[in-house]
Amino acid sequence: MTKRQKKLFIVSIVCAAVFGIAPNANAMHIMEGYLPLGFCIAWGAVSLPFLVKGFFSIQKKLQENRKNITILAMSGAFIFVISSLKIPSVTGSCSHMTGTGLGAILFGPSAVSILGIIVLIFQAVLLAHGGLTTLGANTFSMAIAGPFLSYGIYKICRKCKVNRRAGVFLAAAFGDLFTYCITSVQLALAYPAKEGMIVSAGKFLGVFAPTQLPLGIIEGCLTVVIMITLENYAQPELRNAGYLE
Amino acid sequence: MKHADKRKIAVILAAVTLLAVVPVIALKGVEFGGSDDAGSQVVEEIEEGYEPWFTPVLETMIGGEIPGEVESLMFCIQTGIGVGIIAFLMGRFVERKKWENGGN
Repeated sequence: MTKRQKKLFIVSIVCAAVFGIAPNANAMHIMEGYLPLGFCIAWGAVSLPFLVKGFFSIQKKLQENRKNITILAMSGAFIFVISSLKIPSVTGSCSHMTGTGLGAILFGPSAVSILGIIVLIFQAVLLAHGGLTTLGANTFSMAIAGPFLSYGIYKICRKCKVNRRAGVFLAAAFGDLFTYCITSVQLALAYPAKEGMIVSAGKFLGVFAPTQLPLGIIEGCLTVVIMITLENYAQPELRNAGYLE
Repeated sequence: MKHADKRKIAVILAAVTLLAVVPVIALKGVEFGGSDDAGSQVVEEIEEGYEPWFTPVLETMIGGEIPGEVESLMFCIQTGIGVGIIAFLMGRFVERKKWENGGN
């Protein structure tokens, strides 16, 4: 089983590498063909080191304790579920969440980059959602930037003695929002308006932010729900992951 | 599971449901398209007549857009894979806890 999983991770790395060098740029869910080639390559290259680090960090976690695989798989599955649900929002358009907060809190942000890219490839290939050319950019926003912010927020909350579950909520909600902020910036960099990049970023953010705000809250809630459940039933695993003392 | 936690989960899930359902009921006659599409529209607004330079592999293979039904099938498969893994592992955790607590 572990060997197979290792193989799977290696394949996903290779994919990332290949797409990082070949025509490639993929931000969270920037549509296929909507980023100029240069940006595709650049974002792919930026994401690559994180993916490599993520691969090693997952390997290390599994070597430390084989049992970590259960909640690691769960974090991955959580991203699968959450990012497949398109939820109607107050602005009259639908969007979906990222689900990366859980993994970031349990395993650290770089491990999530691997889990995230698996989902992104699945969606790009089978759903024509996001895209292979925009994979690098989408990976950066959803599987790297968002989780890193989530992780940071959670750590800060713990330092400040904020309630653990409140910390989980904030981390997941803001990680989700941040993903879309990064997507806006990525699009703005590629498509600066005449008035400049900032205006352009504002425009994209104006499209994404109001839609994403309630979804960020929903994502925070759902992450807390699964965390409560895990706290009740999977204490040994959470202790291994360093979530519980 | 602790009683307080159970109640918390119920409250949170109710709130989530409200957050997702209220917009649909409150905003009548709205299309609820995808925000990714809205993003593409902004691109076209800033750069008039922009044509994506690459079409999704699957769309190239079938020579057109993926039919809506097939797309929802794919989304369901994605959800199904995720839910399957979570449910399987969760079931094991719950049973394990039962056994640890003396078999009931």
